[in-house]
Amino acid sequence: MDHGAGVPLNSRVFEAMKPYFMENYGNPSSSHSFGNSARNAIAASREKVAQLVTAEKSQEVIFTSGGTESNNLAIKGVAYRNREKGNHIITTAIEHISVINICKFLQKQGFEVSYVPVDKQGVVDLEKLEAAINDKTILISVMYANGEIGTIQPISEIGKLAQENNVIFHVDAVAAAGKVPINVKEENIDLLSISSNDMYGPKGVGALYIKTGTKVQPIIQGGGQERGLRSGTENIPGIVGMGEAAELARKEMKSEGERLTRLRDKLIKGVLDKIDYSFLNGHPTERLPDNANLRFSYIEGESLILGLDMHGVQVSSGSACTSKTLEPSHVLLAIGLAHEEAHGSLVFTMGKQNSEEDVDYVLEVLPDVVKRLRALSPLTPKEIVR
Amino acid sequence: MYSEKVMEHFMNPRNVGEIPDADGVGTVGNPVCGDLMTMYIKVKDDKLADIKFKTFGCGAAIATSSMTTELAMGKTLEEAMKITRADVAENLGGLPPIKMHCSNLAADALHEAIKDYQKKKEAKK
Repeated sequence: MDHGAGVPLNSRVFEAMKPYFMENYGNPSSSHSFGNSARNAIAASREKVAQLVTAEKSQEVIFTSGGTESNNLAIKGVAYRNREKGNHIITTAIEHISVINICKFLQKQGFEVSYVPVDKQGVVDLEKLEAAINDKTILISVMYANGEIGTIQPISEIGKLAQENNVIFHVDAVAAAGKVPINVKEENIDLLSISSNDMYGPKGVGALYIKTGTKVQPIIQGGGQERGLRSGTENIPGIVGMGEAAELARKEMKSEGERLTRLRDKLIKGVLDKIDYSFLNGHPTERLPDNANLRFSYIEGESLILGLDMHGVQVSSGSACTSKTLEPSHVLLAIGLAHEEAHGSLVFTMGKQNSEEDVDYVLEVLPDVVKRLRALSPLTPKEIVR
Repeated sequence: MYSEKVMEHFMNPRNVGEIPDADGVGTVGNPVCGDLMTMYIKVKDDKLADIKFKTFGCGAAIATSSMTTELAMGKTLEEAMKITRADVAENLGGLPPIKMHCSNLAADALHEAIKDYQKKKEAKK
């Protein structure tokens, strides 16, 4: 139940990609028929990705190497191109590390960044966001949903605020695309980052939706592919795979979303019922269908992961002990958890491979794992060790 | 990520618990950092007659606590004071580099418990 970390390629996606390695190896920049075939393949994928996010024109979709590059192109591209208008960027405290590090990088170059706080459920504070807008503000960047705590943001309202104030609005939708319906027109989104591998597509490919008329400067200079916004020979098999994955996700979104929501809610309710001093992190209803982030007092996340792994259940954690930096998750700290609470959090991300039996099995083994670790912990009050 | 020995000690930790009438108690770490451990010792004829521990922390923190109690049990206080973090890690078949510093605190907790015992003994004189 760690689909947030990586999901397998859908076999239909793989089948769609196959011909583009050995048979259709043309370069879309070539004038001959091989080039035509590649150009057509890209155009078809572009259309499928555009449909997934309800873009008006497929030309508004630019293929990149993934979510991180899309975020770089969106944020740096807007910052550099609109510098004369202003140097102020607004984002939130719970963005993906790529957005946070891009903003920190821009701060070193003289840009000013406001990190708007979120409430205890991880929802961005709209009043503070509006108050942060000034006449130097050129960009608002807010994630569609947080992959760690699952909370979905009020994107339409932020989009409206951005539009009213004539500020470009970027949305990092890497964790949300393919899982919840996105409508870039109705939600007033100017730029939207998505990645392929978070929706059962291949790794190493992503896309950025750029609304017509949005001023973005390319960050990669070269042969002018992708309307000059992303130079470099196109990753044809990857793009074809992403298109196929986007189409499958769009078609299955409703049924799979409902199925995962049922599993998610069963898991959350089961854990909260069966285990004392356990809590849900994130919003109870405005959350991704596949995400359950649960917190257990008095114990630490990595030992929970290991304990569950012994039973064949794979999950991840917001604990410092599982990160490269030894810092607990900035998202959990931003929703107001103490360090020791952040350490005791587990992230379940479910996917196609998970069934109701998997949820039942977790509910069967998890209480004992928690109980055993609590018996070991000096923080556990005596009355709850039974 | 972890050696078999670490996982074995994580799953079946030795000497877990508290000693209500301990002769010495040592606590190191901090829940804010993600690791906190307490060692309890009973001393008889200058030897460690019993050791118990309680640990909040990752797999490495729990395994090193368990291994430390196993290495120290029955040893003289002088011998036990010479047990190092490196000894504990070595007996566990090694630890991931990032865990050597943050989670390998059990030897320190044991030394603190012994110092606590010695301080109490001095105070009685």
